Amino acid sequence: MGFLEYAPAPESRSILSLKESYGLFIDGEFVDGSGDPFTTISPATEERIAEIAAGSAADVDRAVAAARRAYDTTWSRMRGSDRGKYLFRIARLVQERARELAVAESLDNGKPIREARDVDVPLVAAWFFYYAGWADKLEWAGLGPAPRALGVAAQIIPWNFPLLMLAWKLAPALAAGNTVVLKPAETTPLSALLFAEILQQADLPAGVVNIVTGAGDTGAALVRHPGVDKVAFTGSTAVGREIARTVAGTGKKVTLELGGKAANIVFDDAPIDQAIEGIVQGIFFNQGHVCCAGSRLLVQENVHDEVVERLKQRVSTLRLGDPLDKNTDIGAINSREQLDRIRELSDLGEREGGVRWTAECEIPQNGFWFAPTIFTNVSTSSTIAREEVFGPVLSVLTFRTPAEAVAKANNTPYGLSAGIWSEKGSKVLAIADQLRAGVVWSNTFNKFDPASPFGGYKESGYGREGGRHGLAGYLAPSKPTVAAISGTVEKTDRKGAKK
Amino acid sequence: MTLTAPDGLAPAERAQRILGQDLTEKSLRLHLEGLSGVDAVGLEQRAATLGTRSIKTTSKAWALDRIIELIDLTTLEGSDTPGKVRSLAAKAVAPDPSDPTAPRVAAVCVYGDMVPYAVEALGAAHRPEGGVSVAAVATAFPSGRASLDVKLADTREAVAAGADEIDMVIDRGAFLAGRYGLVFDQIVAVKEACRRADGGYAHLKVILETGELATYDNVRRASWLAILAGGDFIKTSTGKINPAATLPTTLLMLEVVRDWHRLTGERIGVKPAGGIRASKDAIKYLVTVAETVGEEWLVPHLFRFGASSLLNDVLLQRQKLRTGAYSGPDYVTVD
Repeated sequence: MGFLEYAPAPESRSILSLKESYGLFIDGEFVDGSGDPFTTISPATEERIAEIAAGSAADVDRAVAAARRAYDTTWSRMRGSDRGKYLFRIARLVQERARELAVAESLDNGKPIREARDVDVPLVAAWFFYYAGWADKLEWAGLGPAPRALGVAAQIIPWNFPLLMLAWKLAPALAAGNTVVLKPAETTPLSALLFAEILQQADLPAGVVNIVTGAGDTGAALVRHPGVDKVAFTGSTAVGREIARTVAGTGKKVTLELGGKAANIVFDDAPIDQAIEGIVQGIFFNQGHVCCAGSRLLVQENVHDEVVERLKQRVSTLRLGDPLDKNTDIGAINSREQLDRIRELSDLGEREGGVRWTAECEIPQNGFWFAPTIFTNVSTSSTIAREEVFGPVLSVLTFRTPAEAVAKANNTPYGLSAGIWSEKGSKVLAIADQLRAGVVWSNTFNKFDPASPFGGYKESGYGREGGRHGLAGYLAPSKPTVAAISGTVEKTDRKGAKK
Repeated sequence: MTLTAPDGLAPAERAQRILGQDLTEKSLRLHLEGLSGVDAVGLEQRAATLGTRSIKTTSKAWALDRIIELIDLTTLEGSDTPGKVRSLAAKAVAPDPSDPTAPRVAAVCVYGDMVPYAVEALGAAHRPEGGVSVAAVATAFPSGRASLDVKLADTREAVAAGADEIDMVIDRGAFLAGRYGLVFDQIVAVKEACRRADGGYAHLKVILETGELATYDNVRRASWLAILAGGDFIKTSTGKINPAATLPTTLLMLEVVRDWHRLTGERIGVKPAGGIRASKDAIKYLVTVAETVGEEWLVPHLFRFGASSLLNDVLLQRQKLRTGAYSGPDYVTVD
């Protein structure tokens, strides 16, 4: 046995004390759901983890009523600095229970424990810390002197970063003074339910956060609910469209963070070894289940062969297997449904003339797996270069000039993210200016920070999450007064301004 | 300036193969300055990720033994004496008196004037292949601030006294001033001074002193320069300058070695030296080597640790694996 076949280094599951079944988290307590319960499984082994309650329309009704009550009686009346204290407390509890949350996330989602431990959970804590600081500073959010919370926010999150997307949604909503009904994805409810325990530990007032698990119809009931003031959704463009249609004309505020087909542009003057790492990080991070994944590699034609050769060599060293092993790089595909879609699109890619290369790796017997795959000879008209695969599948295209790179990068209905690799700063800035993408990374990829806004152009959605901009989705600007419009100094009864 | 490498000089052959027969300062400069840049953030991030590998049980046991086999056990002090060198040599041959299964180290590394004592002390254990080698620092180590004649004399003397390996320093001043041809010439000349009476060569490790080169771009250029000029090994540091070896710097040098292998099929060694004191850190280097150039590099003629206190920490970890309990510093020898 060679050194590179590292001995197994599994993270222990014993830190988790899971319940046999989980109810809905409504008004500060776990309660039974009235829908048919479902089981959540580990995608790596297909073993059952726990039984999860499904929320019906009646359950959604209870949750929204609880959120409304909490909004009216406590949360909207609480001083910003006190809301901040709760958020700080939640952030610290996330850090204290980091290992447990990472194991739960890896188990339920299939992502490698290394990523759950080093990326997801630390970012979750960072998000709460960041927005905790904003809670008493909303006057400086750029929305006027006294921005108001919207009320009850309905939040629907995806399965690719279950806990991190929860944090992205909850932290700004709570900091801004809203109460929340959140629906986790059907296949990954576990970490949200552990998080509900953290909310109890933090003594968050009942009803401020309600978590209703279930499938698409639970989410639809939540979106349609007349008691909801705001809908925030992260997920597919198809569902996003459906949501936009549902809420049209209702007065509900909406933010959507949808799909993407990001271009990762590699120029011939790129720092080559780091660019290779960035390509790998861009598409194989989290098995490619990333809405901003760099799934279209645009390489300058004169370095195409070298980049592809180096890339294949590097991808061959990725370790696919048990997500709970600390040395695993590529975990399991989250569900059979997703695996089928990835297979279908890859087969189509081959039929359409793409040259398929797959890293040699042993695929475990049970569970859902897809080996890292690279398609070369892909043209801009190929389906795999246009549709979001949401899996570890990279399409390689070429360009000859910067203008062609920009044209090809923008030639997509999406516009969530993009990457540029070049050692020449002036070129990077000029290209970044022309890319129609909400996030442009330079000489890096898939980097997230709570202070940095994230969101899309075109069919990738609207609204921004993160940073000061992320607050705008959860606040209404103060009503402009005559004095403010005419430009004179405004003297209103700003809360906390007179001390 | 045309480089002074005489025609047919074996060690400059690599540069001629890559850059053409009429090797000039200009062609060398064009090559070095045309190398792809290094993004510091990305490089350090990759090294940090490699550092998170979890090496347990059987892998750890293998790694600990292999680390010992890759150590150049070093003493480079102004206060070195024959007695100190003898003690070091004894430790090199039998690192753990309580456990005869502990492997020998790769080499002892001393100043040139200490070579005869090292050779004598190692006795039958002194073998360049399969035994313990003697490495000598030369060329006005650590600063390298001396005339070429002095550097060459320093080298020849150490080789004549029985050194199997020469650890030379490059002229960092000349390198930073852009005088690549001068640095190149000196490495070629030192390589030639490594020729033994029997026609063989002492192995040449070229110390870049990366702490003084300051940027990763410089480290990449200097690595290429040292390989083109005929170095058998590229080595990070003298250990006299901070920072000495770091994981990102070593990763970068391994990437150059990997690219050289891809280009020519030749295998060049890498030696991080200075500042690696803990087994845990040394294991990160093994991981970085294995995942960058391949585990076939984890052999004494392709990878070394320049270290002294590392050995005792590895021995403590070995004892822990064997007995299940941590002992303490009194259960390994002071040397």
